Amino acid sequence: MGTALNLVFIALLVATALLAVFARDLLAAVIIFSVYSLIMALMWQRLQAPDLALTEAAVGAGVTTVLFVVTIFKTRRREEEEKE
Amino acid sequence: MRLLHNYHYAAAMLLFCIGLYTVIARRNIIKKLIGLNIMETSVFFFYISLGYLDGGIAPIRTGGADPARMVNPIPQALILTGIVVAVSVTALALSLVILLYRQYGTLDVDRLYRDEDGGTHGGPSGEDAP
Repeated sequence: MGTALNLVFIALLVATALLAVFARDLLAAVIIFSVYSLIMALMWQRLQAPDLALTEAAVGAGVTTVLFVVTIFKTRRREEEEKE
Repeated sequence: MRLLHNYHYAAAMLLFCIGLYTVIARRNIIKKLIGLNIMETSVFFFYISLGYLDGGIAPIRTGGADPARMVNPIPQALILTGIVVAVSVTALALSLVILLYRQYGTLDVDRLYRDEDGGTHGGPSGEDAP
């Protein structure tokens, strides 16, 4: 029972990691990465590490996402296409 | 069968490979930083899985919890520090990314190399050129 839930979380982790890597829009990639961090916080709780779950939810999903979003608004949002 | 029992380690390795692919193959610097964060998280995941016991309880001694059933608290204390260090590294790298964009006007690694060779955007090496 618990193993099945862990496997579901791991599948979600791999799926969100791949989506964040292959998204063309950088803002979408960052938001998907914050979802990845939240699922990782759930995974810490499954591994009996509640302090890590709190820290990951606050710092990983919160502060890191804000930093990335500020950087994207200060630079550019689209990934540049190769024009050769 | 042993791989099925230790599926946490396989998942951590898979996530590490995804992050490594991103850092190597993607050309956008912000994408590379997302890949670096995925790599860091996978290493933390591996380390916490090492200290996990099947059917363990959280290492908090309240209400007569049995210490023999607790998971190992030392990896958790170490990784708590590691998460904070990862955020600091990300903040420093993103500030450098903003400075790089102001200087060169692009976040693409290939174009950054090309501009460094040509010096068309007037970087630090291009200002002295006539």
